[in-house]
Amino acid sequence: MKKRSHWQDNLRLVGLCLSIWFLVSFGFGILLLDVLNQIEIAGFKLGFWFAQQGSIYVFVGLIFFYARRMSAIDKAHGVDED
Amino acid sequence: MDLQTLTYIVVGASFALYIVIALLSQARSTGEFYVAGKHVHPVANGMATAADWMSAASFISMAGLIAFLGYDGAVYLMGWTGGYVLLALLLAPYLRKFGKFTVPEFIGDRYDSQAARVVAVVCLIVISFTYIAGQMRGVGIVFSRFLNVDISIGLMIGMAIIFFYAVIGGMKGITYTQVAQYCVLIFAYTVPAVFISLQVTGMPVPQLAFGSEVTSGGGFLLEKLDRVVTDLGFAAYTSGSKSRVDVFFITMALMIGTAGLPHVIVRFFTVPRVRDARMSAGWALLFIAILYTTAPAVGALARLNLTETIQMGSVGESDGNLAYEDRPEWFKTWEDTGLLGFEDKNGDGRIQYYNDANAEFDAKAAAYGWNGNELRVDNDIIVLANPEIAGLPDWVVALVAAGGIAAALSTAAGLLLVISAAVSHDLLKSVFARRITERNELTAGRISAAVAILLAGYLGYNPPGFVAQVVALAFGLAAASLFPVVLLGIFTFRVNKHGAIAGMLSGLAFTVGYIIYFKGVFVAPFAVNSPENWLFGISPEGIGALGALLNFAVAISVSALTPPPSAEVRELVERIRVPA
Repeated sequence: MKKRSHWQDNLRLVGLCLSIWFLVSFGFGILLLDVLNQIEIAGFKLGFWFAQQGSIYVFVGLIFFYARRMSAIDKAHGVDED
Repeated sequence: MDLQTLTYIVVGASFALYIVIALLSQARSTGEFYVAGKHVHPVANGMATAADWMSAASFISMAGLIAFLGYDGAVYLMGWTGGYVLLALLLAPYLRKFGKFTVPEFIGDRYDSQAARVVAVVCLIVISFTYIAGQMRGVGIVFSRFLNVDISIGLMIGMAIIFFYAVIGGMKGITYTQVAQYCVLIFAYTVPAVFISLQVTGMPVPQLAFGSEVTSGGGFLLEKLDRVVTDLGFAAYTSGSKSRVDVFFITMALMIGTAGLPHVIVRFFTVPRVRDARMSAGWALLFIAILYTTAPAVGALARLNLTETIQMGSVGESDGNLAYEDRPEWFKTWEDTGLLGFEDKNGDGRIQYYNDANAEFDAKAAAYGWNGNELRVDNDIIVLANPEIAGLPDWVVALVAAGGIAAALSTAAGLLLVISAAVSHDLLKSVFARRITERNELTAGRISAAVAILLAGYLGYNPPGFVAQVVALAFGLAAASLFPVVLLGIFTFRVNKHGAIAGMLSGLAFTVGYIIYFKGVFVAPFAVNSPENWLFGISPEGIGALGALLNFAVAISVSALTPPPSAEVRELVERIRVPA
């Protein structure tokens, strides 16, 4: 049972992270490009910025966020490696 | 000291460094040969993964590709970075927990099937060889351009170096040389980028210069670029010209393909713990992101530089274009290599660089007295000539040469290692010679690495006609064959060997078939490769995403119709889902 709830927590976290992953790249960078390109911040059209810069920064942050949260989840369920 | 000598010294010093590292990190067991004894620190593994991942193409060609594609270049930027999110969340930690040596080994154990393992080996070898031919070619090209040696000699030197550290050091040697190669290549990439950013915008950080105002006037870089290129009939830089559907699918195929590339996945087998595998993927992407967020800035800056050099005055004025006689020194240098070419079509002695494929612009061009685009620019020139265009000192040029070679060598070595592991571990040990001793398996691994190097060198020297097409093929294959079955193997209990084999084969057949249909690998294409003919408007570059979907669908339905896997398989899946 311990394992099952650990897996459920993991799946929830993966789901959250992948939604953000999809939103910033396929959402902001591709599907909503024309809408976001109407907004201009600091010399960038926003959609273009997400496609060529922003999504990459978010990807990096997402992996570290996942790794940290996951370590906490492992610990909470007593399945961490130490 | 002249540039030639300096380049020899810088490149020679980098080689000496790699060889010393190789000598210090010899592999003494199969564990060290395949996965570096699983002792690699997550940050070091992140750097090694970054070097492994960033190929000669990323280093030399990507910024140039983006410079001419504009917005559409985002498919590479997002596609080749977003895959790491999939890798970190969906594959790497579980495969690390599985704790063995290769990707086909996981597929064989999880699906309890030698046949599935052999199918996976075939996919792996095809993916890795298509990739490696391009790398060896890259080594040869960099050598011949910067060191003025023949491509074949360049290739042989490259092969000898890789031979040395891959065959002796195995994964252990490769890992630590890749760490050094990452440092060389990222330094070589960012130094010229900082200089060109400073020159054009006065802002040293390329990622910020990308959104800064141009010092010569004309507003923000991207606004000015949009204006300058549309004046010449090109598509606006920030909007691109591919269809949205195609951009979506190409990005998806590259992401899934990245996560499914065996030489990338296997890097996460080398860290001590599951936790390290997750962190290490973050480090890898951080190190990759340094280059991948710099590249689009370099692309935009260089496109503006190039356009303004040629179109020096207003469009359409007779003296608005650069006179061929007045062309700068770097122009002459790169003309000699054939990467730049000028043909005076209207005989006015001046260079016209515009989009002559744009029918709406034709009338204007005719009114200006222009008779077709006169400048031919190779993508690669953007990175290779950047230091010269920006007037940087010779040592920077020498550094770029060393960086390009580091990028090509590190990727080639990583690929060679997964090929040799697949041959000695997945084929020899598990299928043909089960009783082989560890010592003999290690020797077999070394021999297969050596053979793979020779074969790769041959492919690099005599690239088959389809080399340009193979990158799409490699990513499409990885996306459509390996990724779905590895994912399903972790996240479901129910998918069985019949499903996995059927899934891999159908994803593979569909993707290969589609690519051959439009691009004609080995045979003539069956249809014209243009959007009207594509399925749902998806180009062959993006079809791997659909192939992956097909693989998922087939694997799940076939499994539902056949008996579930054994209790042992269920236990295996339970076990890899938790770190301890």
